[in-house]
Amino acid sequence: MSEQESPTAGRRAPGELESEVLAALWAAGAPVGAGAVREHVAGDPAYTTVLTILSRLHDKGLVTRERAGRGYLYAPVRDEAGHAAAGMRDLLENGGDRAAVLARFVSELPEEDEKLLEQLLRGHTED
Amino acid sequence: MWIRWIILCLPLLVSAALALTAPAAGRRLPPRTAAWMLTVAAVVAAGAWVTALAMIGLTFVGQIPQVAAEGRWSPHILAADTPVDWPVAAACALAVPACAVALAVAAWRRGRAMVDAWRECRDLPTAGDLAVIDDPVPTAFALPGAPGRIVVSSGMLRALSADERHALLAHERTHLRHRHHLFLLALQLAAVVDPLLRPLARAGAFALERWADEQAGATVADRRLVARAVARAALAAKRVPAAAMAAVGGPVPQRVQALLAPPTPLRRNLAFAFAALMVVCCASLALAAHDIDRLFDAARSPR
Repeated sequence: MSEQESPTAGRRAPGELESEVLAALWAAGAPVGAGAVREHVAGDPAYTTVLTILSRLHDKGLVTRERAGRGYLYAPVRDEAGHAAAGMRDLLENGGDRAAVLARFVSELPEEDEKLLEQLLRGHTED
Repeated sequence: MWIRWIILCLPLLVSAALALTAPAAGRRLPPRTAAWMLTVAAVVAAGAWVTALAMIGLTFVGQIPQVAAEGRWSPHILAADTPVDWPVAAACALAVPACAVALAVAAWRRGRAMVDAWRECRDLPTAGDLAVIDDPVPTAFALPGAPGRIVVSSGMLRALSADERHALLAHERTHLRHRHHLFLLALQLAAVVDPLLRPLARAGAFALERWADEQAGATVADRRLVARAVARAALAAKRVPAAAMAAVGGPVPQRVQALLAPPTPLRRNLAFAFAALMVVCCASLALAAHDIDRLFDAARSPR
């Protein structure tokens, strides 16, 4: 299992880097160039690698691109109708069995926990 | 007579002891060890519980004349020898099919929930193992399958920094890679069979989240970064009221604090003692089965 202990981008499986490039594009919120995408992917991947992945995502239809100067600006393909979002909310908000089968990243947060978390977050972003 | 009574009830007592001590043991062990031990303990305790109920119930069923005639033993000798009063034994006999029905219903509902989730996610465009939902409500979860998928909303991706996104993906990949949904299923179904196991099932679900957190910490080589990602994701989800809903995962502040504290060492003595309790549970079951066997043998031979 040594491969999953690796902190470097270079040792990541190609699919994993593809996921993170897509995640970075969504996080950007506006069309961005490949250089900006690269800065928003953890672990410093090579510029050419990011370019390759972006064009692969474009081929798959997950990403749109528009020419800007010598390069392209990339943006994720949005779900304007919001079908996927509505379906997913329905899935999770029904609670009970549906929520129980999916391992979610974070669960609900009571009021007092919110304060505690904010303290923890502050304490550890400063150092 | 009372020794017999103790032998028959021993599996129930040891199973209860296992159920009640497990959450405390789980907290004191490294998450990966804890998750394994709690899940095995849940299966052992639930299995012992139902089998012991079935054996006690058998002493009642064996007294029914038609059953006794079929098995060629004397219902009167059995009634005289059995240490358990018939109303108690009858209640145990009824509890077993009730457990089976509850288990079947829970398994079916969970299976259907999983199929619903798959159907919902089937058509999402996927890059690598990631499917992004265009939704400002921050959510993230792992959807098991072949291949498994990580489903994250754009709201969650925007709430996190690049490093934190990496930690989130590493966390969810651990769930998929180590098949945590199977652990979760075993824990939840065990708690359906034996309600005493509910605290154990909760502790097990928490250990699974901690396991994924620690593995993510190893992947990004920074446990504090994972703590920050978990905290920021929870706070982002809190700001959108629609995201506040019951789920597995367990208390977020405990996860964050555990990541900020030094890693839990493996206490071999505790792990060994807990494993020994599981062995005792199985042994007590074998002892009770042997005793039931003798009970029926005695009723079969003419006096």
